[in-house]
Amino acid sequence: MKLRRSMLFLPGSNAAMLSTAFVYKPDSIMFDLEDAVSLREKDSARLLVFHALRMPAYRDSGIETVVRINPLSTPFGMKDLEAVVRAGVEVVRLPKTDTADDVHALEAEVERIERECGREVGSTRLMAAIESASGVVNAVAIATASKRLIGIALAGFDYVMDMQTERGDGTELFYARCAVLHAARFAKIDAFDVVFSDVNDDDGFLKEVDLIRRLGFNGKSLINPRQIDLLHNAFAPTQEEVDYSRRVVAAAEQGEKQGLGVVSLNGKMIDAPVIEHARVVLRRAEASGVRQ
Amino acid sequence: MTAAIRERLVGAPLPQGLEPFGGVTARAPHLATRESKCGRKLCSSLEDAIRASGLKNGMTISFHHAFREGDKIINLVVDTLAAMGFRDLTLAPSSLLSCNAPLIEHIRSGVIRRIYTSGMRGKLAEAISNGLMEEPINVHSHGGRVHLIDRGELTLDVAFLAVATADDFGNANAVSGRSRCGSLGYAMVDAARAGKVILLAEQLVPFPNAPASIRQDQVDLVVKVDQIGDPSKISVGAARITSNPRELLIARLAADVMEHSGWFENGFSLQTGTGGSATATARFLEQRMLKKGIKAAFALGGITGSIVDLHKKGLIGRILDTQSFDAVAAQSLAENPEHWEISTNTYANLTSKGACSDRVDMVILSALEIDLDFNVNVITGSDGVMRGASGGHSDVAAGANLPIVVGPLIRSRIPTVVERCTTVVTPGETIGVLVTDHGIAVNPNRPEVAERLKAAGLPVTTIEDLYGRAVALTGKPQPIEFLDKVVGLIRYRDGSVIDVVRQVKG
Repeated sequence: MKLRRSMLFLPGSNAAMLSTAFVYKPDSIMFDLEDAVSLREKDSARLLVFHALRMPAYRDSGIETVVRINPLSTPFGMKDLEAVVRAGVEVVRLPKTDTADDVHALEAEVERIERECGREVGSTRLMAAIESASGVVNAVAIATASKRLIGIALAGFDYVMDMQTERGDGTELFYARCAVLHAARFAKIDAFDVVFSDVNDDDGFLKEVDLIRRLGFNGKSLINPRQIDLLHNAFAPTQEEVDYSRRVVAAAEQGEKQGLGVVSLNGKMIDAPVIEHARVVLRRAEASGVRQ
Repeated sequence: MTAAIRERLVGAPLPQGLEPFGGVTARAPHLATRESKCGRKLCSSLEDAIRASGLKNGMTISFHHAFREGDKIINLVVDTLAAMGFRDLTLAPSSLLSCNAPLIEHIRSGVIRRIYTSGMRGKLAEAISNGLMEEPINVHSHGGRVHLIDRGELTLDVAFLAVATADDFGNANAVSGRSRCGSLGYAMVDAARAGKVILLAEQLVPFPNAPASIRQDQVDLVVKVDQIGDPSKISVGAARITSNPRELLIARLAADVMEHSGWFENGFSLQTGTGGSATATARFLEQRMLKKGIKAAFALGGITGSIVDLHKKGLIGRILDTQSFDAVAAQSLAENPEHWEISTNTYANLTSKGACSDRVDMVILSALEIDLDFNVNVITGSDGVMRGASGGHSDVAAGANLPIVVGPLIRSRIPTVVERCTTVVTPGETIGVLVTDHGIAVNPNRPEVAERLKAAGLPVTTIEDLYGRAVALTGKPQPIEFLDKVVGLIRYRDGSVIDVVRQVKG
């Protein structure tokens, strides 16, 4: 099970962070060539990220590498794509995805570059960031636009601006979160929530994490390594859940041996969805431990 | 009356060398008047005190550095000595810092000829590293300084000791008054050993002042000064919990190491020191101690608010404090009977009749460099210039059951793990574990510790692997170019020379 709980954003222009960020062990690292990089640093950031992607430290770390390229409509987008696909990036993140055509256009270019550089066609995965009302409305089409897509992400700042509102208690994102999540589940890909920008507000961060975890998101974009452990811990199952899941799986295995279709635990019926959920909880506990 | 008493000795031949009674005040002239009896130590100015001390050219003067970057006394006294025309002095403070840059002029003009110190920073350190002095400076540890004094190499002729409050007899402390640095652990050594002891007191208080960190029977002279130091500069930021993710990562790993080291049991003891990772380690330890239901018997060394906090929560029994690193620690020392002030002799002198450093289980230590043999450099930077201090590093490393060095693998683009240290201060055989943001290396001489940490699932690797990672990220650094001239002698805690610092090629 590939966990994608934490996606750490790193400005592609920050060499010091690029050289060590893997020590924080997020599930994914997203090197940003877009909004976090000023115009005058676009070229140097691309070069830095190109080399970072080729570092054994990243390749051997088990951390998924993602690069947010500039939109293909800008003078930088195609250069970014050429560089990162050739450097072996695992996932290209397309910003400001409004329609399925945006994904198709990207996919065509990726395939061309893969052929040109000898990379296995289809090995570059994609994710789309939804940052507008148009993107939210087209979420299902976007999520199903390519087999290369591993997930879709909601990006809060641009979205709330497009909606003529501002970040608040989460009400303003409610529809978009649900729409993106449903599209992702429909397409059987992952869904990522927005960044939480006040890195000193652990309580506020954890409250938001709890909300999106209960909604069903796979994970969240992060802007500070300090948020990684908080997030992983919040996503880990509790000891109680693990104990219960173990009993469910044991009862199910017992029932299977005895040839029973439906088994019960403490007087409650256990059917296939309950058993599958218990197995998911145990796999998650194996990957991320038990909540502290 | 004296004459009448002396008549009694008429006809009684005295053994050679003994003198007849000469009167009550013959040997104690200060008892002649009430004023002279009580006020004989009080001087009206620093110059008067210096004159009264009998200081001469070529002698050794000493200071404590408990105010660290906030010290106002070392520069003031040396300025005054220079103005009075003194020359060829040996300067022997417990340490020097960036704030002591004005000493450069006094070295150039010949007021100061030799230096003994735990370390130095800033412009002074740069100038000395570039060959300012004719004689190399001696860099000693905190415990090693006491040893050098006791074995007679370092004779403190006159000690100038800054205290926050003193009475006119010399009972003094730094836990009361305005400018409080807390423990006078460094100064207590000088008060007990210097030929003449001058207190520079910020406030004079009625006799008897308590507590008497420095006692009246150790003090020769007392002079009032405007301000002894700025406590807010003792350790800027030590009291806060770091928000640096890398320091937090290292701190959590260090706490993991402590938890699974084999010494994390009820009644254990620790020294955490200061700095982002060290202070945060204390916070991470708290959760682990609560979870396991254990308490520490004592915490030693430089004391910060985070140690005081653990003590207040009942997780640390006693605090043994030789340097208070923040206002919280100083306040706790003032109020709390379980918070003890200890001298650096009690703290870490190997020839002391009892050094606390020998009783500590785990200590968190820093490093500018650590090499493949685990030797540690805390003195010279990657440019070969002195920018640190020996402190209690080698003392506690030698005494503790498990010394743990913490630090980032790379600082900006400079590796911390190197093939060979620029300067060896602490021998690698005394270091147990290295904790970096890229993983943990255990000294091969501690296989049992490595086994325990691996069993706990911690990211244990070899120091060679960490070195390889560092070089992969930064490239192999060019060797620093030095001239032949030796500018510093690194003295191990037993007085031996463990390394030398040469002049950097400018």
